[in-house]
Amino acid sequence: MILTIGGIKLNAQTKGKTKKTVQTDVVSASVLANGQKVYNQYCLSCHMADGGGVQNMNPPLIKTTYVLGDKTRLIKIALNGLAEEIEIDGEVYTNVMPSHGFLKDQEIADVLTFVRNSFGNKASAIKASEVKAIRAEKK
Amino acid sequence: MKKSVLIPVLLSAMVFIALYSFKDISNSHLKGNGPIPDADNAGLKLPEGFGALKVAELGAKARHLVVTPQGDIYVKLARSKEEKGIIVLHESSDGKAQVTGGFGNYGGTGIYLKDGYLYASSNQEVFRYKLDAQNKVIDPNKPEKIITGLKAGRQHETKSLVLDNNGNVYVNIGVNSNSCQEQDRGLRSPGIEGCPLLDSMAGIWQFKAKELNQSYGQGVRFATGLRNVVGLDWNQQNNQLFVMQHGRDNLNSSWPELYNEKESAEVPAECLYALKQGDNAGWPFMYYDQIQHKKIVAPEYGGDKKKEADSKFIDPAVAFPGHMAPNGLLFYTGNMFPEKYKNGAFIAFHGSWNRAPEPQKGYFVVFQPFKDGKPSGDWEVFADNFAGTPEKAAAGRADHRPCGLAQGSDGSLYVTDDVKGAIYRIVYNKK
Repeated sequence: MILTIGGIKLNAQTKGKTKKTVQTDVVSASVLANGQKVYNQYCLSCHMADGGGVQNMNPPLIKTTYVLGDKTRLIKIALNGLAEEIEIDGEVYTNVMPSHGFLKDQEIADVLTFVRNSFGNKASAIKASEVKAIRAEKK
Repeated sequence: MKKSVLIPVLLSAMVFIALYSFKDISNSHLKGNGPIPDADNAGLKLPEGFGALKVAELGAKARHLVVTPQGDIYVKLARSKEEKGIIVLHESSDGKAQVTGGFGNYGGTGIYLKDGYLYASSNQEVFRYKLDAQNKVIDPNKPEKIITGLKAGRQHETKSLVLDNNGNVYVNIGVNSNSCQEQDRGLRSPGIEGCPLLDSMAGIWQFKAKELNQSYGQGVRFATGLRNVVGLDWNQQNNQLFVMQHGRDNLNSSWPELYNEKESAEVPAECLYALKQGDNAGWPFMYYDQIQHKKIVAPEYGGDKKKEADSKFIDPAVAFPGHMAPNGLLFYTGNMFPEKYKNGAFIAFHGSWNRAPEPQKGYFVVFQPFKDGKPSGDWEVFADNFAGTPEKAAAGRADHRPCGLAQGSDGSLYVTDDVKGAIYRIVYNKK
């Protein structure tokens, strides 16, 4: 068993193709750093430094389906904002989120990737091309 | 020589004995049939001589409350629990209370007791319930709906209320907007000209206590330009309405070129206003800067952080630091607390969120001294540590958040918490 795992690991390290696939699942430090920069500037004042949000007002970003689930829905919230009732774990959040469509595709991709991989979250990265496609769809 | 030494000694001995016996009496009174402070004062930090007990913990969002002389407590819940929006508790002689019932299947904040009626609000309506001679609700299922059809958005939707001594009810109608921008809370989004929302929100409306089904057509817009009021009270000394406004948010996030994070955390002030009919407190066109001591034009309406607003807008009676969210206001008329508290104002600050990334602030009850119906002297923190620790307060992760205030017939001060539904009772036990 140990040998087999070792073998696969060896394969991954030696074969360029396999290595590349592994890398796309791992979010790079520069994406996270850039995402955090955007988060601190535009998101933190409502969702807080710990991603826990604010009671009754601003929803938490910790392990919710809004963050970890459907990427399209999440990208749309960032682009368009949100002004509808949100209920998470029986708690209602009422504050209005303004549109953040003024951010660049890459900035939105990075900040959403940061959120999906912070505060105890673990989910796949969001690419700038995905943001671009949804932004185009909107028009 | 000997004689003159002996007299002071005897006098102090007499004083000592007198004080000691008095202390003994007051202690036995506390043990016998009065509220007994919890050993840890329910976790609160209080001035010397004060104690606190946790009367009950409801496990629901307890907003405003009233306490009757018969020891019943009516608590308004933000959301109904098991189809009850008003919870009734009864106190035993040691001060602890048990839930005895509930009624009114609607969430809300406001509740007030006046002249044989209990008044309570949903986020669109105000009801009143007739009380018997023991201040118990006669028919909890058949309230009179006195006010209806009030606007309620997704923010600042609660309707607090208070009555004067002439049969009028005052209800706040908060506005579902931060600063009347074209895009609410948006980056550099300008203000809507004239702010049409002001016609039916962002003010205090006056209605008749005993008329049914009143709405905007029957009410009077008593005061305008108030973004959102949660804590309000009638000052019996000078027969005037006082309100605490929740000041605007997002100066930095909407106007980063004008306000840095520190400025945006401190400003604008949370203001106490003494209102007269027709007053305009200036929202959304201005805010009060408690550091410059000036009314400043809002950036949405051409402000640059310095430009002063039209002097027609009223000045606050007291200006507190920003974003602390004043949710309860109570003028203390009891006899239990020391003289300096008489007729002064207690204010429950629910605690901030819009100070991030700066440390959060609030989560305490403040005392503002008054003299002859006017603020006199500096405010001070009266009851602190609802949050649990200073770190929890700074992070905005408070264990408890003070919300409503009420005075018991013995002069105790009651405070609700809308995180866990704790009800605190603060007593003075030093004689």
